[in-house]
Amino acid sequence: MNAPAEIRDWYQGRFTRFEEGLNGASHSPLHALRRRNFAAFASHGFPTTAEEEWRFTNVAPIAATQFHPVLAHEVRQFTEQNLQPWPLIGSGIVLVFVDGHYSRALSRIPALQAGVTVGSLAEALLKDPALAGRFRATEQGGADAFTALNAAFLVDGAFVQVDERVILDEPVHILSLAVSNGAPLLVQPRHLIIAGDRARLSVVETYAGKGPGVCLTNAVTEIVVGEGAAVEHDKLQMESLSSYHVGTTLISIGGEGSFTSNAINLGGALVRNNVNALFEGEHAECTLNGLSVATGTQHVDNHTVIDHASPRCESHELYKSVLDGDSRGVFNGKIFVRQDAQKTDAKQTNKTLLLSDGATIDTKPQLEIFADDVKCTHGATVGQLDEEQVFYLRARGIGETEARDLLTFAFATDVINRVHVEALREKLDALLHARLRQGRVNVES
Amino acid sequence: MSLLEVRNLHAGVQGNAILEGINLRVEKGEIHAIMGPNGSGKSTLAGVLAGREAYAVTKGEVLYQGKDLLALSPEERAREGLFLAFQYPVEIPGVTNMYFLKAALNAVRKHRNQEELDAMEFLSLVKQKMKVIDFDQSLLNRPVNEGFSGGEKKRNEIFQMAVLDPTLAILDETDSGLDIDALRIVAEGVNRLRSPENAVVVVTHYQRLLNYIVPDFVHVLIDGKIVKSGGKELALALEEKGYDWVREESGAVPSAVQEAGTR
Repeated sequence: MNAPAEIRDWYQGRFTRFEEGLNGASHSPLHALRRRNFAAFASHGFPTTAEEEWRFTNVAPIAATQFHPVLAHEVRQFTEQNLQPWPLIGSGIVLVFVDGHYSRALSRIPALQAGVTVGSLAEALLKDPALAGRFRATEQGGADAFTALNAAFLVDGAFVQVDERVILDEPVHILSLAVSNGAPLLVQPRHLIIAGDRARLSVVETYAGKGPGVCLTNAVTEIVVGEGAAVEHDKLQMESLSSYHVGTTLISIGGEGSFTSNAINLGGALVRNNVNALFEGEHAECTLNGLSVATGTQHVDNHTVIDHASPRCESHELYKSVLDGDSRGVFNGKIFVRQDAQKTDAKQTNKTLLLSDGATIDTKPQLEIFADDVKCTHGATVGQLDEEQVFYLRARGIGETEARDLLTFAFATDVINRVHVEALREKLDALLHARLRQGRVNVES
Repeated sequence: MSLLEVRNLHAGVQGNAILEGINLRVEKGEIHAIMGPNGSGKSTLAGVLAGREAYAVTKGEVLYQGKDLLALSPEERAREGLFLAFQYPVEIPGVTNMYFLKAALNAVRKHRNQEELDAMEFLSLVKQKMKVIDFDQSLLNRPVNEGFSGGEKKRNEIFQMAVLDPTLAILDETDSGLDIDALRIVAEGVNRLRSPENAVVVVTHYQRLLNYIVPDFVHVLIDGKIVKSGGKELALALEEKGYDWVREESGAVPSAVQEAGTR
């Protein structure tokens, strides 16, 4: 199916303009990759609800908007002052991206340990053009329209590489800001995180933004977990309530490697997260946790895929939502267990707390098992606060509203407590306390 | 003015009458036992007094320290010094015992115009109260009742009672599910908390708890009414002879006839 002509023409115009600005760089292998991806996007267009993967999430508002991809020279100047509303979590290593482009002035990179590279992906690609070959999420990998669109305009993002056996002492914070005061903007950071064999690192991605204009953040993060390596990837999405967010995280995990993702969604009008993990070796472990807190007409969709392509791997998933107002949540958890992947142990849990009559959740476990000696469990619960728990707290003198807030917080904090980056955990604790008040989900006006 | 005065209390759930005219007066310093067969309305009475919303009071009144108890919300009753030890304590994942108790105690203190306790003051109070019930410190930092054994849950109820220092405690079948050692520990805890300034109402099916918490008064509840009241010797008679003789003496329909009637 071809993209509707007006969408194709609009993005073709943006792409031509982008190419013109590239000068000599338009003959590089990287640019060939961009072109292939643009062609893939142009031929397919944005997905519709007729496609199974998008059945519950209608991106028509995105397709109907003419977004301007922000080119490098168009990025507005930001000062430290402008950053105040957003959390630069902790100190240490902080990479700041404004509308998808690296801001040297706002980033903080202290003296790094040996074997650690942290900085802008654009700079890393200049030094080593072969890095472009590391991208898995391109049109060749059967990527969807959003990933193809990201790759078509691929310029910058964070690059984090930790060499074999190196343990990165502190987390890397990546703050992506999307700010539009007028025309709708398309913000497309592309992050690449590589943990060498037996390396250890933690990365925190924060997505924040501010209206009144509309932004579409279409971010792609690729993470390579080497053999025996351990990576924690935390993502806090707190964009403005007028913004769209599509985030795709692709992870490959080597043998005996360990990967943990904690995805916290607080902001955005329409949010879609894809987390796709692939086991590339035996005895590896993958943990995916998520918390979505939404109200009003927010729509938050979490799609996960865990591909047990290797035997004797373990995966754990816990996704929770607190939904209020007329908000809508979606959870789709796909688990593949390939024919050779014997002794797989996979556990998936999705729990939703509905605080209003208008809030809804669509939850769909999808287990495709081709091996015969495996352990796979999944469970989903949807409900309201337990009135017996509320009464118990009240019978001890705690007011009803406080009791409800306490129980809602306890439900949500179960995910927060799994975050190992202390500064982030504290920040999330405070954010959550502010959100969950008076028996409702509250958002800043 | 009595501490608690229940006058002609009628209550039920979803149109079914359960309590049909309860009269009860409790003074400070007293221990009352309410005994009765299964289904007689014991737990309903405890629930109505604590403010369970599932029950509808259709007639009568309850005065607590001269105030209309039924007009108060469950939390207001608790802040006024009423405490219900639950028959089935609820598990609350994600909220530690410590956090829960501090929130509860400070809500009560605030109501009494007392300063809220800070973390250090609270901890020293808790350490002192833990001795009353021989409470294991490791349970303090665990989520409320989550994964506790039956005995630990009941002990946690009495520990909460010790911290909150109620004026009127209602123990709803606190003995159920306890082995004899746990029963003794729980009873000793309650006895240590006794004072001339508070009172305890023990709701129980069996007499054995009353070997340890010796009541001043025993009331027999049958078919939603208190049909007989007496001293601690009444409990022993019930243990020996069952409930049917009280039923007959009071003119209530004997259980065998009642069962036949429902066939």
